Amino acid sequence: MTDTTTPDNLLAATPKGVSLWQDAWVRLRKNKLAMFGLGFLGFIIVICILAPWITPYGYEDQDLRLGASAPSAAHWLGTDTFGRDLLTRIIYGGRISLAVGFIATSVALVVGVTYGAIAGYVGGRVDSVMMRLVDIIYALPFMIFIILLMVVFGRNLLLLFLAIGAVEWLTMARIVRGQVQNLRQQEFIEAAISLGLSPAAIIRKHVIPNVLGPVIVYTTLTIPNVMLLEAFLSFLGLGIQPPNSSWGLLISYGVESMEEYPWLLLFPGFALTLTLFALNFLGDGLRDALDPKASRD
Amino acid sequence: MWRFIAFRTLQAIPVILTVITVTFFLVRVAPGGPFSSEKAVSPQVEAALERQYRLDLPMYQQYFTYLADLAQGDMGPSFNFPGQRVDELILQGLPITAELGLYAMLVAVVIGVLAGVIAALKPNSIQDYIPMSLAMVGICMPTFLLGPLLVLVFGIWFDWLPVSGWGSSPGDKILPSITLGAMYAAYIARLSRSGMLEVLSQDYMRTARAKGLPGHVVVIKHALRGGLLPVISYLGPAFAGLLSGSFVVETIFQIPGLGRFYVQAAFNRDYTMILGTTTFLATLIVLFNLLSDFLAAWLNPRLRYQFSKGK
Repeated sequence: MTDTTTPDNLLAATPKGVSLWQDAWVRLRKNKLAMFGLGFLGFIIVICILAPWITPYGYEDQDLRLGASAPSAAHWLGTDTFGRDLLTRIIYGGRISLAVGFIATSVALVVGVTYGAIAGYVGGRVDSVMMRLVDIIYALPFMIFIILLMVVFGRNLLLLFLAIGAVEWLTMARIVRGQVQNLRQQEFIEAAISLGLSPAAIIRKHVIPNVLGPVIVYTTLTIPNVMLLEAFLSFLGLGIQPPNSSWGLLISYGVESMEEYPWLLLFPGFALTLTLFALNFLGDGLRDALDPKASRD
Repeated sequence: MWRFIAFRTLQAIPVILTVITVTFFLVRVAPGGPFSSEKAVSPQVEAALERQYRLDLPMYQQYFTYLADLAQGDMGPSFNFPGQRVDELILQGLPITAELGLYAMLVAVVIGVLAGVIAALKPNSIQDYIPMSLAMVGICMPTFLLGPLLVLVFGIWFDWLPVSGWGSSPGDKILPSITLGAMYAAYIARLSRSGMLEVLSQDYMRTARAKGLPGHVVVIKHALRGGLLPVISYLGPAFAGLLSGSFVVETIFQIPGLGRFYVQAAFNRDYTMILGTTTFLATLIVLFNLLSDFLAAWLNPRLRYQFSKGK
């Protein structure tokens, strides 16, 4: 971060010219917390993807004679009241939690970037109408609306993605619009216009690559928010429905029997908290690396 | 300032109307009526029920009657609590949720500002790292995990505090308030730290010190006002978050407040109740955002100036 003891990397690279990305990577690598976050996330993602090949137990395999058992050699994190292996359930729950996190964030990303880029690029009256609309939607209490949507249209996964994505795109649109507006006044964009490039091509080739930094940073910080939202809804019983599982759902089961079997609450809780930790550290690290001027809050 | 207030207030009206309209029609198009789950009733009874809840009128008429009733504070009868009106139920739950929210806000502001200011006074020291790491834990630990954990540790293992209820046994308000306030304390700590750091590096702080003011006077009188601006603007959104947090906290601690009503209404498909609570909560949130905007503008003349210049 502020550590300047190893300028060799930078100096050695300077003659070739350091691209923004190489420079950012050098800075990110020095940030231990961010690297821990990246490593931890990679680890969790690999485990979740390879779930069926990693765990010897099925996700719904019951062992009623065993019942709830404390962590042991056969079941590393213990079993729940139906004798289902908790580690297996956490891994499979992680698949859904992460999937919701990534997919809903992608929805927000696509909508937010497109909307923001158009508003910022076109400017003028279109921009002020579009951004006033964002202001109005911003003021709506969305948590309440998501709950409402889940109640009204049933609790299905696709709707969950859309509903969460619909909340999170607003900030993205604002960030992108600000950046694009700034870029719009730069000479190289004027040059591109005078060369006769179509607006679509300019946005794709010149604008988007230049706003990528802040977008990546904000995306990384959106994923933990989205995962929290999903866990919150699942905890209330309005999100993921059994037989599917997610960390929020596992936590809500854990709460029911935490007096007798505290590990059923603790381990899913750790899984969620540690993952959110990792994502936040990585996001903060990326912000420092990609956008050194941005203030931390 | 008045222009600013007037403009923002006008902007809030379409927002509230949108909320009411969207909620109203969403609830009406929802598949499965509130009575569909119960055993079959005779057509006469059904017709009578529909008349009672005005479901026999055309949609637009239902909408305008609802708006007209709402303007008089009448939110219609509840589906699930026969004989009770939604507005009465809301008024029953409101004082409890308001009290919980107030305590949680106190927890958040007192702990958050204190931690943030302490951290900012000596950045990059142990005095900075400890509160800021705790803040990170607070941000990553969701309310619905923190609550049960606190219950487990302080209610069950140590048996120091009651684990449910509200005002029925001494000390039962402590755990819910901490649970609800913790995450906001963490955000406020981060905001006040960065706000204070920025202010402390300004020239006028050096001037204040140079004219011989003691350190605590400089911090309290001169730095806090500017340094806490980001916190003030955050209070509005924080309030909205507190309300949705109260859904979880009231469910965990079995507190008979507004949040628990809302969650129960959602489960029971009590549509008039959902409509009423949504409208009510949304209006409350919009109003609090408005208030925090005004407060920020009052404390920061530059914001007002930008506004009068821009428009």
